[in-house]
Amino acid sequence: MIAGLLVLVLCQLFGECAKSVLGLSIPGPIIGMFLLATILVVRRRSSESAKTPAGVSKVSGALIRCMGLLFVPAGVGILTVLPLLSGQWIATLVGLILSTFLSLVSTGLTMQWINARQPKDMSGG
Amino acid sequence: MLDSGENLWLGLSPSPLLWLAITLLAYHIGERIKAWCKDAAWASPVLIAIVIISVLLLVSHTNYKTYFTGAQFIHFLLGPVTVALGVPLAENIGHVRRSLGSMIPALAIGSATSIVSGYFITLACGGSLPIALSMAPKAVTTPIAMALAQEIGGVPALTAVLAILAGILAAVAGEPLLRFLGVKDWRAHGLAAGIAGSGVAAAQVAGRDPLAAAFSALGIGLNGLVTAIAVPIFVALA
Repeated sequence: MIAGLLVLVLCQLFGECAKSVLGLSIPGPIIGMFLLATILVVRRRSSESAKTPAGVSKVSGALIRCMGLLFVPAGVGILTVLPLLSGQWIATLVGLILSTFLSLVSTGLTMQWINARQPKDMSGG
Repeated sequence: MLDSGENLWLGLSPSPLLWLAITLLAYHIGERIKAWCKDAAWASPVLIAIVIISVLLLVSHTNYKTYFTGAQFIHFLLGPVTVALGVPLAENIGHVRRSLGSMIPALAIGSATSIVSGYFITLACGGSLPIALSMAPKAVTTPIAMALAQEIGGVPALTAVLAILAGILAAVAGEPLLRFLGVKDWRAHGLAAGIAGSGVAAAQVAGRDPLAAAFSALGIGLNGLVTAIAVPIFVALA
């Protein structure tokens, strides 16, 4: 469990270092996510039986299960922008709701539509 | 006068622990309400917790900075949980590789739709330019969204809030909306959640299906990359 948390934090640390050394605009945790996924994939390919280490799997599962909680502190930040939104509520809400729905629908329908045209994909896995 | 009052309050109460406890309690209440509502998607624990805490802060005249001294311990875990999304991504890498042909067009269309429609709809409804600029990058993961808002002349704090509200919306409405339109594929549900609602929506689909979790992780990561490049270009053209 501790080793698992260490792996996650080390990947994040590497991401933060890569970001500042290379001057990237991608946040450290996103770089860390791709790094961790790459390590796990390479590891599995090197030996057929290698699964995700139990510690990493446990910690990441636990964190992902309570992920919603982690967004609460930033969400309460709405209090700090209330003055900015006065008189702009309708425009803000309409823009937010419509563009989120349009993005969901365009992504989901495009993917489903192309997948449906490639029937061999459906049998995989 | 306000300052000395705040100092007194900080000095007298173990305030960080109190607000940490209240954050956990509020989210717990949110989860209980969701359970009472038979897991209805609209009963979002994130939204319920934000409302409860905001009301408490307003009623007790506590500022956000004071609240954050306690809440930062929860906020800090956003980094490790983002890295943790690499696990479902790696475990489903075979599916991901087979779906590249549909994923890349879906990513490009979903990402562009979010940026362009967010900006123009907000302006068309009479929103100010700073709000429209803060809206453009709102679909991506909070740290990227804030950095982009800063760069293009939006308001980073507003973008962070919009990113979370968009996530709540996508978490609440995404699955019913896509099912209504006949989308049954978990890969499409996951990718759409990751692209339109980043982490908050990913948290919702990750609980529904492991394949959706993998595609939402990919949606968050790739949309972050695409949007970071596309938003400054779009704003220069718009």
